[in-house]
Amino acid sequence: MAGRAQIPTNNSSLIAMIADEDTVTGFLLAGVGNVDLRRKTNYLIVDSKTTVKAIEDAFKEFTAKEDIAIILISQYVANMIRFLVDSYNKPVPAILEIPSKDHPYDPSHDSVLSRVKYLFSAESVASERR
Amino acid sequence: MSGQSQRLNVVPTVTMLGVVKARLVGATRGHALLKKKSDALTVQFRQILKKIVSTKESMGEIMKTSSFALTEAKYVAGENIKHIVLENVQNASLKVRSRQENVAGVKLPKFDYFTDGETKNDLTGLARGGQQVQLCRAAYVKAIEVLVELASLQTSFLTLDEAIKTTNRRVNALENVVKPRLENTITYIKGELDELEREDFFRLKKIQGYKKREMQRQLAAAKQFAEEQFAEKVSLHKGVSINTAHNLLSAAAEKDEDIIF
Repeated sequence: MAGRAQIPTNNSSLIAMIADEDTVTGFLLAGVGNVDLRRKTNYLIVDSKTTVKAIEDAFKEFTAKEDIAIILISQYVANMIRFLVDSYNKPVPAILEIPSKDHPYDPSHDSVLSRVKYLFSAESVASERR
Repeated sequence: MSGQSQRLNVVPTVTMLGVVKARLVGATRGHALLKKKSDALTVQFRQILKKIVSTKESMGEIMKTSSFALTEAKYVAGENIKHIVLENVQNASLKVRSRQENVAGVKLPKFDYFTDGETKNDLTGLARGGQQVQLCRAAYVKAIEVLVELASLQTSFLTLDEAIKTTNRRVNALENVVKPRLENTITYIKGELDELEREDFFRLKKIQGYKKREMQRQLAAAKQFAEEQFAEKVSLHKGVSINTAHNLLSAAAEKDEDIIF
């Protein structure tokens, strides 16, 4: 329909990561990391010294880049920039919250699931915590 | 909102009535179709939501397994593994491809992942623990699979959400604004046409009455004229004045029984 944002049919898109060192290492081992000509990487390692501003900038940069289709972000990092993650409503790239070693997965904070919590007052989302 | 369900400003003619009726039929049909589409989309939506919830759960499990594998690899290969891996990053070998799927009339994006080029096995500098590293890598690749599927579910979910909202908005608009407006217009046109017809009828009746009175007046005038003529003839004949002639005539017209002529 006219006016609706077209989802680009991309033939090769990257997976970006904003997570702690261990998680990123694991994924880089699998072969997801990419360094392009301008020495820009598609991942950001977050440790105790990373500022919230740096995380915000990286997030904005990844969402603006056209060849990134998925952004994996650790849940505790997502909590730091919760407002940015929640206000992001474009379908591409998809934002996935993954658990980290010290912070197990908490569905009540997931930006997508919290949006539909009203649909399932006593069902699935709550049942996970049980 | 200024007076809900106003009517359109049209010239109240029979043609316009036909046009507006056709539009009402179109609006009704469109409303029914959109409602069906909205219901179909909602069904899909709930299905996807269920899948998302279950996939997220399994994703949590898989990430845990991969973390364990990584810890093992770290233990065996030494702590340097992180730096080695970081340094060896060049081009991504795991990429995703996105395509569009048509579900109930809505284009949903779907991701598949594919391996582009061979996985770099040249982890230069890694002295020991090659097997553990391979295991770890396999675990993470599996995690990526699940994550890619989750991502495509999530995007379709968000897109469907948008589509449902738009469709519902259209359904409500048709039901609460467009149809009442068209119905009011039809009532208005019908009312105006009826009024015009009544005016016409009334005018016709008035003219008929007028004509009838004219006829009667003419008839009376003609009769009077005829009487005058006859009276003149009688007066000339008998040699009396007109008035006496009139009296004679009226007397004759009365036909008194006592007078015997």
